[in-house]
Amino acid sequence: MLRADNVSVRFGGVQAVEQLSLDCPPGRITGLIGPNGAGKTTLFNVLTGLQRPTAGRVVLDDHDVTRLSAQRRARAGLARTFQRLEVFGSLTVRENVLLAAELQPKLRGAAAAALADELVHRVGLEAVSDSPAGVLPTGLSRLLELARALATSPTTLLLDEPGSGLDETETRSLGDLLLSLAGAGTAVLLVEHDVELVMRVCEHVYVLDFGQLLCQGTPSEVQADEAVQTAYLGAELSSTGARS
Amino acid sequence: MSTFLALAVTGLVTGCLYALTASGLVLTYTTSGIFNFAHGALGMLGAFTYWQLTDWGMPPLVAMLLIVLVLAPLAGAVIEKALVRRLGAASLEVTLTVTVGLLLLLLGIANTLWDTSTPRRVQPFFAGEQVTVGGVVLTGHQLVIVGTAAVIPFLLWAFLHVSKVGVAMRAVVDDRELAALAGASPARIGQLGWGLGAALAGLAGVLLASQVTLNTTTLTLLVINGYAAAVMGRLSSLPLTFVGGLLLGLLQSLAVGYVTVSWLSQLQTVIPMLFLFVALLVAPPTRLHVGSLAPLRAPRVAAARRTALWAAVFVGVLALLAVALPAARVSHATHAMGIAVVMLSLVPLVGYGGMVSLCQLTFAGIGAVALAKVGPGWGIVAAAAVPAAVGVLIALPTLRLRGLYLALATLAFGYAMDDAFFLNGSVMTDSLGLPVPRPLGLSDDRAYLVVCGVVFAAAAVGVLALRRSTWGRRLVALGDSPAGCATIGMGIRTTKLAVFALSAGLAGLGGALLGGQQGTVGAADFDLLLSLTVLLLAVVWGVRTVSGVLIAAFALELTPLLQGHLGPVNDAVPLLVGLGAIGLGKSQNGIMGACFDRVGGLRRLPLVPAPRTPTEGDPAREEVLTSAQG
Repeated sequence: MLRADNVSVRFGGVQAVEQLSLDCPPGRITGLIGPNGAGKTTLFNVLTGLQRPTAGRVVLDDHDVTRLSAQRRARAGLARTFQRLEVFGSLTVRENVLLAAELQPKLRGAAAAALADELVHRVGLEAVSDSPAGVLPTGLSRLLELARALATSPTTLLLDEPGSGLDETETRSLGDLLLSLAGAGTAVLLVEHDVELVMRVCEHVYVLDFGQLLCQGTPSEVQADEAVQTAYLGAELSSTGARS
Repeated sequence: MSTFLALAVTGLVTGCLYALTASGLVLTYTTSGIFNFAHGALGMLGAFTYWQLTDWGMPPLVAMLLIVLVLAPLAGAVIEKALVRRLGAASLEVTLTVTVGLLLLLLGIANTLWDTSTPRRVQPFFAGEQVTVGGVVLTGHQLVIVGTAAVIPFLLWAFLHVSKVGVAMRAVVDDRELAALAGASPARIGQLGWGLGAALAGLAGVLLASQVTLNTTTLTLLVINGYAAAVMGRLSSLPLTFVGGLLLGLLQSLAVGYVTVSWLSQLQTVIPMLFLFVALLVAPPTRLHVGSLAPLRAPRVAAARRTALWAAVFVGVLALLAVALPAARVSHATHAMGIAVVMLSLVPLVGYGGMVSLCQLTFAGIGAVALAKVGPGWGIVAAAAVPAAVGVLIALPTLRLRGLYLALATLAFGYAMDDAFFLNGSVMTDSLGLPVPRPLGLSDDRAYLVVCGVVFAAAAVGVLALRRSTWGRRLVALGDSPAGCATIGMGIRTTKLAVFALSAGLAGLGGALLGGQQGTVGAADFDLLLSLTVLLLAVVWGVRTVSGVLIAAFALELTPLLQGHLGPVNDAVPLLVGLGAIGLGKSQNGIMGACFDRVGGLRRLPLVPAPRTPTEGDPAREEVLTSAQG
């Protein structure tokens, strides 16, 4: 289980995240929503080791990983995708995924290749498998990042706006994919602006505003929270059904 | 005590000049995000323009003010508008190519405008005037330097903290995007930063002109000493940069005064490098940057069989040329092959890994010296192993830091080695150069050309095999997105270290081949400017492709031949290479990469279906879920 424990991040005079705590248990899709600049991506960077918190701890499977590098956290089962894409543009789509698979200590040669091919197929990118990742449109690049993250066989998966750039059908398929991953025991933390997707797949939602936790609960509880409706969701939520 | 005081004062005066130059560097870097490797060349132009204006009869003070307040800022602003702004958020490789290209271009222009063989003298300010403070004599010119260096920080502070533009400048330094949202214009601020930086470079040049031999190359490269001060200021803090400059000048002066051991006679040139390395060691680690990706499309790598076939064809053609060419041309071709191996060493490092070395010919020189010292047998092993080991030592302090620091470390190393190693009597035992045996004792020039061709072909096949391997994928991924690498669990530092060692070793091998071809090597064969030229030509022709670096090597061999057809142009090589780098630096795959793109055609991406929705009983789903859970 991934846990943020009273995490704070300060950039000069700006408090980007303030004493934030959240749990991301196995088998659950946890939503993290909030307006732009709320501190979601900063929190992701803290959780994955790309940003050192000013205060607080990050705990992964009962181990304090606050001082561990991003690499070591990844090896401990933490994988992520990025809001601003970080695909390996000079490698082909297949090579992107294969590289991540090959880094698994017990997965070499043909087994890594088989996993890479399977994941490329799974996210629906086999048609562009041999194309350089640098020429993919944004939506497909996000799917590639998802496949690459899955190739590390993560126990915890952090997804930063994976639905951005996808059309309605693709978003629905993405939601199904996430539900199947959670069903198999993966802990998923989802940052997403597509409220419909969040309400559909998440069991628990945290709402951030100005780096602080505004509210948390089930999608229906969050939906009912007046502060959330005022600060962020507004009328959009009221027209969206809770997770069925 | 009086000796100490005298040395300290001399050191502080030098330190003031370092501080002024380094401050200009930091100012341009923080406001535009682009490190100006041509900063020294701007200072050199300032010094030569000052000489020219005073030689025409302009009063020194008027000449200085004209340069510092008008000409230099104008040059900085024009460079920012014409070159820097269009770079945007380009990679280090691109920004470095363009600014190093600018350095060579300005050097070429200066060498054309001012004949290098003519000796020039510049009168210091208040010539003949001096004051004695505490038993230490200070010349009028030294007082001007100290006074200027004392006033400039306050002027800069006041400008940055009181004026509206200065505050906007600080805002851009803090957060470019936020400042833009608040109404500041980062482009205008960047232009102002470059104008101010160039003014400080010009000022340092004018103050330096009377203190050193007026030589274009010396003045251009002298600023490398200032890099150490800028690194101490972490390329962002002006006060720390100033302190760094003063400290460096002081250390250098005291070392020269007190260290009298003969084999340490070149200590003065090594101290800035040591200072820089200490500053690198104590610098806090750089955070992996997220979200700065430029879309890339590297040329495809040919399959192993195809590569082997082309390598065999290449060796065959070279063997025919070895028989057919006249002796002089055989010598040129062999030299080009040696350079080609050195340039090939840049393919895994720069082309795949996105790291930059500015001293590849220094490694080549170390390889040649290792071969000379060890002998023709094991010498070829030493020629690769010794530079590889040195490369590890250079790269180690920079592993935690962003790529620019490695580039600066290699530049400082190359600069220090020019004097301290290649001009050191205990290394280059013969004043005519160090005799280097040919590997395997080959005496026939034509056979040696073929052997060099075989070495290049084998190394090229090896580099391409490396690219196709797991390790090659790691390397390319590292060049594309270090943050992406870290978050899939890849060890970044070991990959960086390994590729730097490999690259330095391969360059050393190239140096050994060059040494064998020439018979003797000297400092001029491996000088820093040649290293820069080698890098730029490789990038211009395509540092991501083997064919690109091969053509670049022959281009370097042929460029001097153009000299005779260029009339009044005194120094064609830097001029042409600089122009090429500025013009083509933004095309990341170089000329050959663009050719491959044309030949391959722009393939349309196939239509892509939506992600598969797994269903119960789907074997693919079960397999993926099982493997994803480990």
